[in-house]
Amino acid sequence: MTRSSPAKRARLIWLALSAGALLLLAACTQDYDYNSLAPAGPVAEKQADLFFLVFWIATGVFVVVEGLLVFALFRFRRRSSNETPKQIHGNTRLEILWTIVPALLLAGVAVPTIGTIFDLSGCPEGGVEVEVVGHQWWWEVNYPELQITTANEIHVPAREPVCITLKSEDVNHSWWVPRLAGKQDLVPGRTIELQIEANQPGVYQGECAEYCGLSHGIMLFQVIADERADFDAWAEEQGRPAAPPAPGSEVETTIQQCLQCHAIAGLSEPPPGAPIEGPDLTHVGSRRTIVGGWLENTPQELARWLRNPPGVKPGSKMPNYRLTDEQIEDLVEYLGSLE
Amino acid sequence: MAIAVPTRRPFFRRPSATHGLASWLTTVDHKRIGILYGVTAFLFLLIGGIEALLIRIQLAVPENTFLTFDEYNQIFTMHGVTMIFLVVMPLGAAFFNYLIPLQIGARDVAFPRLNAFSYWTFLLGGLFLYSSFFLGGSPDGGWFGYANLSTELPGPGMDFYAIGLQIVGLSSLVAAVNFIVTILNERAPGLSLMRMPVFTWMTLVVQFLLLFALPVLAIALFQLTFDRLFGTLFFQPQAGGDPILWQHLFWLFGHPEVYVLILPAMGIVSEVLPVFSRKPLFGYAAVVFSGIAIGFMGWGVWAHHMFTVGLGPVANAAFALSTMFIAVPTGVKIFNWMGTVWGGSIRFTTPMLFAIGFVAMFIIGGLSGVTHAIVPSDMQQQDTYYVVAHFHYVLFGGALFGLFSGAYYWFPKVTGRMLSEGWGKLHFWLMLIGFNLTFGPFHILGLQGMRRRVPTYPEGVGWDFWNFVSTVGSFIIAASILAFMINVIRSVTRGREAGADPWDARTLEWLTPSPPPHYNFAEVPVVRHRDEVWHRKYAEDERGRPVPVVAGASNGHDDSEEGEEEHHDIHMPDPSFFPLLASLGIPVIGYGLIFWWPLAIVGGLIVLGGLFGWSLEPVAEE
Repeated sequence: MTRSSPAKRARLIWLALSAGALLLLAACTQDYDYNSLAPAGPVAEKQADLFFLVFWIATGVFVVVEGLLVFALFRFRRRSSNETPKQIHGNTRLEILWTIVPALLLAGVAVPTIGTIFDLSGCPEGGVEVEVVGHQWWWEVNYPELQITTANEIHVPAREPVCITLKSEDVNHSWWVPRLAGKQDLVPGRTIELQIEANQPGVYQGECAEYCGLSHGIMLFQVIADERADFDAWAEEQGRPAAPPAPGSEVETTIQQCLQCHAIAGLSEPPPGAPIEGPDLTHVGSRRTIVGGWLENTPQELARWLRNPPGVKPGSKMPNYRLTDEQIEDLVEYLGSLE
Repeated sequence: MAIAVPTRRPFFRRPSATHGLASWLTTVDHKRIGILYGVTAFLFLLIGGIEALLIRIQLAVPENTFLTFDEYNQIFTMHGVTMIFLVVMPLGAAFFNYLIPLQIGARDVAFPRLNAFSYWTFLLGGLFLYSSFFLGGSPDGGWFGYANLSTELPGPGMDFYAIGLQIVGLSSLVAAVNFIVTILNERAPGLSLMRMPVFTWMTLVVQFLLLFALPVLAIALFQLTFDRLFGTLFFQPQAGGDPILWQHLFWLFGHPEVYVLILPAMGIVSEVLPVFSRKPLFGYAAVVFSGIAIGFMGWGVWAHHMFTVGLGPVANAAFALSTMFIAVPTGVKIFNWMGTVWGGSIRFTTPMLFAIGFVAMFIIGGLSGVTHAIVPSDMQQQDTYYVVAHFHYVLFGGALFGLFSGAYYWFPKVTGRMLSEGWGKLHFWLMLIGFNLTFGPFHILGLQGMRRRVPTYPEGVGWDFWNFVSTVGSFIIAASILAFMINVIRSVTRGREAGADPWDARTLEWLTPSPPPHYNFAEVPVVRHRDEVWHRKYAEDERGRPVPVVAGASNGHDDSEEGEEEHHDIHMPDPSFFPLLASLGIPVIGYGLIFWWPLAIVGGLIVLGGLFGWSLEPVAEE
């Protein structure tokens, strides 16, 4: 074996490894719906920047330390059974060195970390305020200033800071939109604030990130960032009451069952302060998703849900009312009209 | 042998079986208890592993319906509970039990019957937890059982969680007292603290961590039990309780617990690396003191599990700093291990491969751990597969690799036979590859937004490929475990005879025959050096190189074997039924609390009866 060939091979291996690492990294930053490394707002950008700072430092440490380990294993492998290596018991200088160097490295990382912690805590003044209340397993969304209540989708104006106030009705949940901001928990009995901002209009996927029971896995939501004018139009539309079903129609009777837990402005006035059992349906037809963000809002999916709610969302508070096909058809049509 | 015929048979007698089932049920021999711990924990490893495979099958493809949500939630909860409380902790206990008396030149632990009680309580606690599968559903609130979900989940599952962990915790608490006393009081003459093997040192640190951490868990579990069964409101916000209290208590236990899981493996690796490098441990004092430093600092980092709870920027910043700086003593250990192999004469035996695997994988887990201290980016990673990747690199790539290293290293001591190197290396490489294929992709999945604890996930969000890779990897791990089992089964009966010191090792356990006699050492050794056995074999020449000494225990020679017959006069603790009896009552109390309270009284009486018998039985059978 010549001296140069292992060196050449090593260089090739390094080249292949770093090319692979770059490819992997490129794949990792693709703008998939939930990708925290493809940030779409200033909060997530700051978080991703910090991650990459630490990631590259950690990669450097990884390469050096694992490299030394592999080198030592190769260089000091036993070649004959009666080798007598020098009995070294330690070295105080080295001990001090490898205590201080990592400590300094960490201190270096600590500075931007703590800066960003304070930077991102709480809400900026003057943004749109949204109150999100976690339920098993859906999200209640209130706009206190605009007097709007909706569910499972949060409309915000793009390029404006938004303050999300988080509460929970039952157990711990966690509000997470990877492309806009890291998660913040919803804790019963507490109110926690979180700032977000979207750089561009678009739909950003969100998910519940704290295990909250049986159907935690399908507890999703969306943040929909609109241009300011579109947002205002949406808000005005959402403020209107719903048109009641045709008097004397079959659906007018069926819907009464829904109104025991759901509010539809224009049809029912829930007693103030009554606990909210199910999502507000006043404008359910305008939403992109139903069932805690899990299903697309299509007539087929809505019918599937109404046919057997616990079969779609295990543990759902809405029982199977054993509606007839006709009742379901009527309901789907009526609810779809509530835009 | 009785010399005088007793005039009156005492009411309580000590059992005397030395073979068969009765001897195992009554044993107080630390070596037998160690074997029981090891075998039991391995069986739980198989159960926890099957649960892991079920999880991976479910997640192999998007929108899979192999398991229902309910089944999935039970399985991931039990996987976590099993691996932590019924596998890694008792595997550590198996090594403590078998090795600590041997390493410190003692004949048994300080309280042999208490030791048996620890084992039986652990076993029964584990069986109690698993009986929930047949009694209305197993725990389904996640292994850290966050309140107030855990107080509100229907069915008896979380009752089993609260009481089952209490039982298992009791077992570890009792053992902690036992091992602290043993290590501090039972050392052979000359074995000063700074001559102790590093494994013994790390065991001592672990026992102190357990002693202080388990009561915190016990309080949290009592509160949970009371909330669920007796209508207290510790965690109910509507009544002024606070669910965050649970998180503080659980992680105040839970973070020291992490070091309880990893320090024994660090101890094992600190024994194995020097032996197969033919060099003493580099920086013994630094390794010992960094272990102690980790033990102390481990109490000041718990809230890094709670960065998304909203504790406020000041608390988050403080815990970010403490979390970063616990990496320093951990790094010191890694550098010292590298110093140990550096310049050595490295023999790649199976235990050495696992020890190297431990170091290599633990570096990855340690680095990803540092990223969790970066609070803003941790808010993206918390409760995602990135975290799942991190703790598997620490607890599997770290703890389990270390424990397997120990299993291969001490198997000859325990059985007197060598494990096959061929099967061992197959096991190692399969496990290393399978492990990285399974858990490496989790980093990417987590950063791409996949949350943990989801029974299903949508298609087309970039998660399909890596989930499938991970499932393939998990089956390679399963194959590696199969290789280990084949190896053990073959070697127990057909393995090569080991002799007292097959590895040319350094510490006192290699002074006795393999397997060691009941009394461990015919004569209690007098210790003059750290690495006593090495120094009985080798002296150092003026250039610091080892030269064999003529006298003393030489490689492979069993100098105490011929003397075995003469040592029947060594007094050893007699077996006893009462530790088992006292333990048997504890799960009965648990069932009573959950299902029918009079049963709890029966259980209490059984415990009481066991304890009375324990204190009244004679010290030894005349």
